[in-house]
Amino acid sequence: MKKLAYYPGCSLTGTGRAYDESLRAVFAALGEPLEELDDWNCCGATSYMSIDKAKAYALASRNLALAEREEADLLTPCNACYLVLEKTRRHLADSAEMGQRVQHALDAIGLRYEGKVRIRHPLEILTRQIGVERIKEAVKEPLKGLKVAPYYGCQVVRPYATFDDQYDPQTMDQLLKATGAKVVDYPFKTRCCGASQTGTLPKVGLHLVYRLLKEAQDRGADVMAVICSLCQFNLDVYQSKLRRVYDLPPIPILYFPQILGLALGIPADELGIDRCVVSARPVLERRAAHAA
Amino acid sequence: MRPNIRTEADRSPEFAHWITSLPGAEKIRECMHCGLCSASCPLFAYMDYSPRQLMYLGREGFRDDVLGSFTIWLCTSCYQCTVECPRQIPVTEIMYALKRRAIEEKTYPKRLAIPVLAREFRRMVYDRGRISESWLVMKLMLKTGIHRMFGMVGLGWNLLRTGRFSLRRETIRHRGDLARMLEAVGHDSEVVP
Repeated sequence: MKKLAYYPGCSLTGTGRAYDESLRAVFAALGEPLEELDDWNCCGATSYMSIDKAKAYALASRNLALAEREEADLLTPCNACYLVLEKTRRHLADSAEMGQRVQHALDAIGLRYEGKVRIRHPLEILTRQIGVERIKEAVKEPLKGLKVAPYYGCQVVRPYATFDDQYDPQTMDQLLKATGAKVVDYPFKTRCCGASQTGTLPKVGLHLVYRLLKEAQDRGADVMAVICSLCQFNLDVYQSKLRRVYDLPPIPILYFPQILGLALGIPADELGIDRCVVSARPVLERRAAHAA
Repeated sequence: MRPNIRTEADRSPEFAHWITSLPGAEKIRECMHCGLCSASCPLFAYMDYSPRQLMYLGREGFRDDVLGSFTIWLCTSCYQCTVECPRQIPVTEIMYALKRRAIEEKTYPKRLAIPVLAREFRRMVYDRGRISESWLVMKLMLKTGIHRMFGMVGLGWNLLRTGRFSLRRETIRHRGDLARMLEAVGHDSEVVP
């Protein structure tokens, strides 16, 4: 098995730190502790691509070169980072011209990139490499009775479907089912959350958020499980604002490794459960009381 | 939006050539106007031109309509249009190129926060190699209207309360490397010289 270099990305050091905490805890509990890529830099996200294409590719490629130096693949939990790094990897392989330009930039700082790095996602590693069976065996506290809406967001399955179905992804569903939780049918699985429009054009962004939350509740979900820090932010922190306009009971938004971690018996504090603005405690306590 | 009448004089052959020369965008000429890009777009309802209309106006060279359009700023890069298009037109990547050209030519709608966000983002990455979200949001608010700050007090408190608001400035160790590397790439202009 090739070594994995963990690339948290900027959001996971900031507003999305619960994703980082819970992911590290889950991988450690499964006996595969994460090792962070040394001195990684911002992937550029959607913003840098809106300004300068060649610089955006160069920026992302430094991370590929650093991973290649460590003879590792990149493990990338954030949707935006995942796509940017995968897009860069593909573009440098397909375009000789861009490949040369980027290598010229890497030469300036003594790095090389020869196209040997793959971009991996925790969902892929957990379901394919570690395996759902092994996770099922590790479950100590089955989450029986918890109804979860699985929300994947956009960029992990679009435009490239690398390890999951583009229209109806299943990897997170499999992991959630392994915890004993009930996965509700959620047709908005891969619909856009509005991304940064919630900040730049709130009227537009917040309406997209509302539809995702409302649909999850209409489908009977107690919580939503997400895999992207921007999705989590949008769905979680704007609920009180939306409640001024819409009839919308609170629904906690958890990162999938937080749910997985609870089932593995990891204490809630170590999973950043209390970093949710809409507290997950009432739902979790109600479930535990029911199951007892 | 301008009145819905176009004349030959509104067309820029240079622009039509530029847009159809973007990687993969020669396929715009094969567009059969099925409208799946527009129908699948989650932001469609808020746009002045639909993605299909924008691609069509672009390939016919209606530069000012396209570069002044709100549509390119509404695109969140969710790539739904790209995967739906039966002619494999890379609509999302074309939107990126349009954003770059509109920023370069300053043709975006006034007081729009999105290009400001992109520029502040670039500066922070260039200086430090990583984004510190709290700082980025505060800078954005300072540049686009301090009044926004008041509506954000509750949100800020919630992030502080849950330990998600941090004034630590994230920085890579080899800051100089990043600047040297980005200088070495050179400036990339979308505008044909």
